[in-house]
Amino acid sequence: MTSSIMPGLVTFKTIVPNEGLQAALARSRSDVIHEISASKLKGRGGAGFPTGVKWNLAAAACGEPKYIVCNADEGEPGTFKDRVILSEIADIVFEGMTIAAYAIGATKGILYLRGEYTYLRASLEDVLRKRREANLLGDKILGSDLSFDIDIHMGAGAYVCGEETALIESLEGHRGEPRNRPPFPVDTGFQGKPTVVNNVETFVCAAAILGKGAAWFSAIGTEKSSGPKLFSVSGDCDRPGVYEFPLGVTIEQLLDVVGGNNAKAVQVGGASGQCIPAGQFDRAICFEDVSTGGSVIVFGPQRDMLHIAKNFMEFFVEESCGQCTPCREGNAKLLEGIERLEKGQCSMAYLNELCRLGEVMQLSSKCGLGQSSPNAFLSIVKHFREELMGRPHPATR
Amino acid sequence: MLLTERQRICEDVTAWTHELGSDRSAMLPILQLIQAKYREVSPYSMQVVADQLGIHPVEVYSVVTFFAFLREGTHGKFVIRLCRTITCDMAGKDRIAQQLRNDLGIDFGQTTPDGQFSLEWTSCMGMCDQGPALLVNDQVFTRVTSDMVHDIVEACRRSFGPLAFHSREVKTEVDQ
Ligand SMILES: Cc1cc2nc3c(=O)[nH]c(=O)nc-3n(C[C@H](O)[C@H](O)[C@H](O)COP(=O)(O)O)c2cc1C
Ligand code: SF4
Ligand code: FES
Repeated sequence: MTSSIMPGLVTFKTIVPNEGLQAALARSRSDVIHEISASKLKGRGGAGFPTGVKWNLAAAACGEPKYIVCNADEGEPGTFKDRVILSEIADIVFEGMTIAAYAIGATKGILYLRGEYTYLRASLEDVLRKRREANLLGDKILGSDLSFDIDIHMGAGAYVCGEETALIESLEGHRGEPRNRPPFPVDTGFQGKPTVVNNVETFVCAAAILGKGAAWFSAIGTEKSSGPKLFSVSGDCDRPGVYEFPLGVTIEQLLDVVGGNNAKAVQVGGASGQCIPAGQFDRAICFEDVSTGGSVIVFGPQRDMLHIAKNFMEFFVEESCGQCTPCREGNAKLLEGIERLEKGQCSMAYLNELCRLGEVMQLSSKCGLGQSSPNAFLSIVKHFREELMGRPHPATR
Repeated sequence: MLLTERQRICEDVTAWTHELGSDRSAMLPILQLIQAKYREVSPYSMQVVADQLGIHPVEVYSVVTFFAFLREGTHGKFVIRLCRTITCDMAGKDRIAQQLRNDLGIDFGQTTPDGQFSLEWTSCMGMCDQGPALLVNDQVFTRVTSDMVHDIVEACRRSFGPLAFHSREVKTEVDQ
């Protein structure tokens, strides 16, 4: 890996449009799912659930019609790769959705696009129109027995709607509040019907796998984290942007390429991810070590880690849906604690108490938002304790 | 509210339900259309939506109040939303915020007395590689500088129709 790697899509640009779809339609549905399972593709939206397993469950679930939902809510701070995918290779995303529809027997697809990306909508509608004209969407696609079409739904400014059950709630015309899981969307999804929700990049990977084969895909990356992955890199580095690396790349290697070698710490996985200090830059970004949906935020030596923790906590206080107590109250309490630390008024005992509260939130919150909102704070406390404690009180400064 | 305005809302919502269906799942798209056209989702329009979809108005109210991009009270013609999340923060969002306050004469959460501008914070909007970033209605502006704040505000002031000015092209890749 050399530092001549430039930002942008690499492997994904080599995908021949509709090669994957044609290959899929020539095979049986179970064969298609088998190919995805064999590739060991895991979801690119953050949680890393095996896509083959998800499709298999939805295929086996009873209920008609079935739905394919593409999650383009991309709200995780520091993530913007889906925006680049949708700007440059939207056609492949829709192809991947069509392959998924064939695999599970779905007839309707929905692209859930975040409100902030409204400016992309016209061009996406255009791509859809062209696909309809080419019989790549609509009735009897390419002469097969598959009938499938895709609508675009806009989000309206709520991070939590990226959570798949909250997304479905909002599609159904309710507040975007996460549901209890189980039941999972694969059997009780949109309108109570079997629904596959996948990330934008996951659908692109699926199209690539059907076109180039599972073996090609699983040869890239590590044993448990196969394939190429897009990273959204921002913050204190020379060349922020979207990069493609095989999963398993170390933080050090990544920083070399983006020009962020003097970093003090890196936030991997966005606000809900973890903060990795310079001493651990030899760690690998993949599902078995530092897991991420692709967000990498670089912090230079001049950055105040408490300020960063505060910014993340403010984000969660704002974005919590308020449905369950650990998250609604816990985030506010942690933010209050951070403000105490800022004023140099936090005892060690209280800080330990805050960390315990964070652990309780991880265990008892209803959805992934509250379960992961303390991560950034906890990892910053763990690695930068000395920097946080004993700040001079503003009045005495 | 003028009676004619009420009639217009009624006609619009009826037309939109014809187009989008009267299932509850049409609610968010309809509310978004109302917000875009009327710059608010008034209690009256909530009642109309509820009637059309056959649900209680409080159900509509609960959805309107959930989403940041839907509003019960009137918004300015141009809603400026500045990202306050970490990478834009590190890229200098505080400066841009102050310039916006100075140029518009209002603070965040407020609307100018002439009803032209509303100023709001927003969470990360997916432009982190090009911060500081802001939205003017649906349009994205990246790598915003204090000078650009002035240009953006002036372009809005000069324009008549909604967003009749040209934004800088939004770049999807960094230009190295
Ligand atoms: C608070 C929260 C926000 C999320 N936001 C997104 C998002 O913006 N995009 C996304 O693809 N997945 C998001 N997810 C994960 C989804 O719930 C879901 O796991 C994912 O869409 C499944 O797709 P995948 O298996 O292809 O990754 C979010 C989860 C949580 C808890
Ligand atoms: S964890 Fe937070 S976002 Fe999730 S359901 Fe509970 S309050 Fe809502
Ligand atoms: S942090 Fe501002 S756009 Fe992401």
